[in-house]
Parts: sequence; C-alpha cells; structure tokens
Amino acid sequence: MNGALELISLFDLPQGHEGTVSGGNVAAAGGDAARELALRLYEIGFVDGERVRVVARGFPGGEPIAVRVGGTIFALRRFEAERVLVAPLRNGRAKP
Amino acid sequence: MSSTGEAALSLVLLGNPNCGKTALFNLLTGSRQKVANYPGVTVDRKEGQLTTPAGRQFRLLDLPGAYSLNAASIDEEITRDVVLGALAGEQRPDMIVCVSDATNLKLNLRLVLEVKRLGLPMMLALNMTDLARKRGITIDVAALQRELDMPVVNTVAVRRGGASDLLAELESAVPAKPPGHAGARPPAAAWLAPDAADVTATQREVRRILAACVREPAIDTRFDERIDRVVLHPVWGLLILAATLFLMFQAVFSWARLPMEMITAGVGAFGEFLGTHMPESLLRSLLVDGIVAGVGGVLVFLPQILILFLFILALEDSGYLPRAAFLLDRLMGTVGLSGRSFIPLLSSFACAIPGIMAARTISNWRDRLATIMIAPLMTCSARLPVYALIIGAFIPQTMVGVFNLQGLVLFALYVAGVVSAMAVAAVLKMTVSKGLQHPLLLELPSYRLPHGRNLLLGLLERAKIFLLRVGNIILALTVLLWFLSTFPGAPEGASGPAIQYSYAGMLGQALEVIFAPIGFNWQISIALVPGMAAREVAVGALGTVYALSATGDDVAGQLGPLLAASWSLPTAFSLLAWFVFAPQCLATLAAVKRETNSWRYPLLMAGYLFTLAYLASFVTYRVALVLTGGGHA
Repeated sequence: MNGALELISLFDLPQGHEGTVSGGNVAAAGGDAARELALRLYEIGFVDGERVRVVARGFPGGEPIAVRVGGTIFALRRFEAERVLVAPLRNGRAKP
Repeated sequence: MSSTGEAALSLVLLGNPNCGKTALFNLLTGSRQKVANYPGVTVDRKEGQLTTPAGRQFRLLDLPGAYSLNAASIDEEITRDVVLGALAGEQRPDMIVCVSDATNLKLNLRLVLEVKRLGLPMMLALNMTDLARKRGITIDVAALQRELDMPVVNTVAVRRGGASDLLAELESAVPAKPPGHAGARPPAAAWLAPDAADVTATQREVRRILAACVREPAIDTRFDERIDRVVLHPVWGLLILAATLFLMFQAVFSWARLPMEMITAGVGAFGEFLGTHMPESLLRSLLVDGIVAGVGGVLVFLPQILILFLFILALEDSGYLPRAAFLLDRLMGTVGLSGRSFIPLLSSFACAIPGIMAARTISNWRDRLATIMIAPLMTCSARLPVYALIIGAFIPQTMVGVFNLQGLVLFALYVAGVVSAMAVAAVLKMTVSKGLQHPLLLELPSYRLPHGRNLLLGLLERAKIFLLRVGNIILALTVLLWFLSTFPGAPEGASGPAIQYSYAGMLGQALEVIFAPIGFNWQISIALVPGMAAREVAVGALGTVYALSATGDDVAGQLGPLLAASWSLPTAFSLLAWFVFAPQCLATLAAVKRETNSWRYPLLMAGYLFTLAYLASFVTYRVALVLTGGGHA
C-alpha cells in the first residue's frame, strides 16, 4: 500500500485524485459534536483502507467537495473533509 | 395460512435515504395510503394497506430514510424511536422490512446489521436489482440469507410485479399473530449509542459479508461522473441550474394557459347558469358572487401548481436536487445557510408550509431556524394567482427577444424574493449565529430517470392538499367575506355601490388610512384582510369586492380588465411589491409556531415581514409615480 506516503487531509486531495482512508484518526479528538461527526463519517464508509476520490469541488473556495467513497458520492464541507486523513495514491489521477 | 379473523400485522419499511424505499412503498400500497404527521412533530408519516395475493393483510409504515439508528436528524430520531417502540402513540412494529439499494450494499448493509441487533423479526429487500444486474453485480442471495440469518428477497420497485418475491415471503415467513395479542406486544428494545469501535467492527463485518456474497466488477462510474463533470462544474453547473429554474417558471406560465382558460370558461358558464336559472335572491348572490366567483377564481391556478410540483418532484427523483444543494452550499454558506436549506427553500416556492416542515432535514437548529425564517420570502404558489392576475392585467403580452415580458416580470418577482431572503439570512448570520460550523454530509445519489407512478402519486398528494385548502379555509373565508360585504345593505337613496356601506367597506376604509401612502385603495385594503388566511384568497376577495361594487353584470370572470381600468400602474406595482414580502398567511405563522415550539419566532417573522412589505411597497409606489409622471397621490 502507500505506507511510505505522507497522510494529508481529504480536503487537500486534488480533484480527480484517489487516496486511501487512514483509520484511527478521525474520532481522535474534539467535543461531542466532533465525535458524532466522526462516527457518522465512519458509518457512511470513511473507514480504514477505503478508496476515496474527489469528484468535484464547489465554488468559491473549492468547498464543499464531492467525494466518492465505495459506491456513493457524498458532499462534505471543508471542516468535515478535514476530519478524514488519506494517503494519496502515487498515480492518483483517475482515468478520464 | 388462512387470514380469517387475523388482525393485520404491522410492517415498517426501513432503509437509507435514496434506496428506493418510497417507490417500493408506492408499489406495495398503490393509492391505499394516507399521509399524516407523527404526533407532535411534522415528519411525514406514510401508512398504507397491503394485501398479499392470498389475502393476508398488513399495515405498512414507510419510515423516514436513515443512515443510522444513532440519529443525527429528527427524521432519523423518528425512525429509531418507531423501531424501538419508544415513540408515544406508535406501536412497536411486528416486523421490519429493511430496504437496501442492491447497487450500493457497502453503504446499506451496515444499517441492516445495526437493526438486526434489535432482535425483531426482520427481512431484507434488495431493491433495484435490475440496475445491479445491468452493472454486472451478482449477489448470492442464499449465501446472504445465511450470513444475515434473515429472509432476503429481490425487488424492483419501479416495475409492475417487482415486489412479487417480497409478497410471497410475507405469505409464509411472518408468524401468525398470537390470538389476543393486544398488550402482549414485545417491550421497547434496549439500544445503546454505538462508539467508534462498534462502528468499525460492524463495517469490517459488512466487508466480510460482501466478500462472501457479492461479486462486483470495478464500479463503473463513468456515466454519472461524465454528467457530474458538467453539472457540478462551478460555471456550467450554476448556468444549468439557473436555466432549469428559469425554464420551470416559463413552463408554469405557458403550459398552464390552456387548462386555465378551460377552467375559467367552465366556472364562468356555471356562474352564468346559476344566475339565469335562479330567482334574484340572497342565496343566488351567495352562490354566484360568493362561492362560485371566489373559489372558482382560485381553482383556476391548480394547473400552475401541478406543473411546478411536477418539476420539483422530477428533479428530486432524478437525483438533481442534492446536486443543486452542492452547487449552492458555499454561496448559501456566505449568508449563513447550508446547501441543505436549498430543498426546503425550493419547496417553499410551492408553499411555505411544506418548506418549513422540510427544514426538519437540517439537523443544525440555527441553520434550520434561519431557513424557516426566510422560507416565506420564497414566492409560494399562493402568490401566483395574485401575480398572475396583476401581471395579466397590467403587463402587455409583448416579446422581449425570445422571452415573454409577462414571464420576465414574474421571474423578476421571484428573484426579488430570493435576493431579500439572502439579505435577511445574512443579517441573521451576523447577529444570531456567529462563526459556527455545521455539517453538510449530503449524499449525491446516482442519476435515475424519474418514475411515472411515483410522480403521479406525489402530484395527487399535492393536488389534494391544495384543493382541501381551497375547499375548507378559502371557501369559509369567501363566504365570510361575502357576508361582510353584503350586510348591512345600502341605506335608502344611497349613491355609491352597496359594499361601501357594508362591514367590509367600513373595515377597508379604516385600513385605507394605513395603506393610502403605498397606493392601495379601499377595495385592496378589504381584500388584504381575508388574504391573511391564505394569499390566494386575496384574488377571490378582489373578485367579490369588485363583483359586488360594480354595476354591470359581466364582471364574474373578467376581473383582470376591470382592475386594469380602475387601478393606476403604480398601485399595481406597489401591490406586487407588497406580496413579495407580506406575512399574508396565518397558516404559515401557525406552522412556524409548531416547528419552533414558541410564539416568539412567528411573531418576529410577522413583524419583520410586515415592515419589509410596507417599506418595499412605499418605495415602489413613489418611484413608479415619479416615473409615470403622476406626481402626487
């Protein structure tokens, strides 16, 4: 896998690029609201080892982002996407 | 297997949003369904009757879509509480039918496993199996059944007979209810909110089951993504959205013309028929001038409302609506709203009440409150009759380029509502909710062709709501107004029209003092009073006021030309501006009271809307007076 690569926030994954979710980080910190958000992200599939890809970015500010996880696309705001850490795939650019 | 003497078992349909659950509900129950609210809240409660081919009866409840029992919205709380048997007034279901999108089991199965832990009788319906097959996904149903330890059936909710496996399973799998079961229902289940470790473990289990039961080629996402590359594009996407909305409003006007003309002609002929075949009496006056003229004048706008809803329902079914929310999220975020506010606000274009109710899908309270407060600024369909009447009377049918001038004016009124809503939201953001972050977490489902039966059932539901409102509130008010404008009669030797001497005339003349600075005459002032109950009543009221105060006989269906002759252009514009803002709907205020559980917000809403309406009308009237050269008022 991509263990050697540095982990980045899902929000920083460029449009069209793929990454692998790195688990054990999203629920780590924060108050009740942050924990609930982390749980929900787990529930909808942002779990360790899952492939994700940024399908589109909103306007302005590249926010929200549309992320494909499993067979679903979810729209996330910046602070939500920043709760997810990903390891970018080396040849991350998906075929058009 | 005999069904004689057996009480109907209660089933619930439970599943993720976008799994086709409601389509399955429609297929199973057809038109034998009724929509109400859960007690105390306004989440839709859809219940229907289901009869299997062998005659077995079930009561079927369509629960709100949920990703998890660990609720993040009121919809999800309802779903959880119903299956737990913890919702007051709602019995715990005898059996749960979990509905999953067969093309997306990775997301859907987690909920199935979570619900299974409750230990209720349960089965799984794999919906959209036709799509799954088309995408080359093969599901080993027998293996899945073993892994989940529950019956699993294939369904295709959008195909006739697509639920036959489910029905067959219901014939055999459901244990007959023990006699005298009432009171012997299973107690509320214990349920603990999961922690991260639980969820992770469940997700691992989901993946293990998928590996054992489902063979899936690399997901073919090209079709959706090719569309999304354009539809979600910051420039093209927003252009498409603007074009879609614009087309929608042009269609509302042009497609509806023929049916509207037919209704007008029919109502007019009916009034004339009554007029010639009944002796001159109070009853004839009540029927022709009160009921037929008033209600008929409102009924005529049903075609426009249906067309508008046809668009909204089709956009929803196709998967486009959440994408519009995605496109607008950041822009709406700048005024403190979320992309999720978009759907309630769009619904408010039809009626603020369902819009305010739809705001329940916004889990954050401040976002929800802001959305509710500005919902009445979206131009609801009840304003269409008023706009249509005034535009039809005062704006010529000329073409500006390829566009109809009347359509352009209507579009401008809609834009005025939206722009002021954004301004109000921005003020709320700066004062009430500063610098707080709210989740969006919005699913963008696969594109789908809207399905005829679902559109039809949705439209029927709206038509029923609109007609019932016409039938009850509006009829009552039209008759009340007829009474106010008929009694007391004119004194001997009076020179003016009779209505001037009636209660309505007195009230209107009193209100005219307040409304004269914004160009309203006493007839308009009168019409605004019953218009408080519902905006479209104002049209019926104008019809009544003018039908009764005019001396000619030919006024019944000809309100437009009459207004064109008796109002100045500045007055017409001022009234249009008034209706963009005015809190002319007690039902909306009542809904806000219910949804916010306090009188504070509806009163606040009425206050700010009245102020805005008066100011806007004042400015419009004065500017129009100067522009049309009628220097003084």
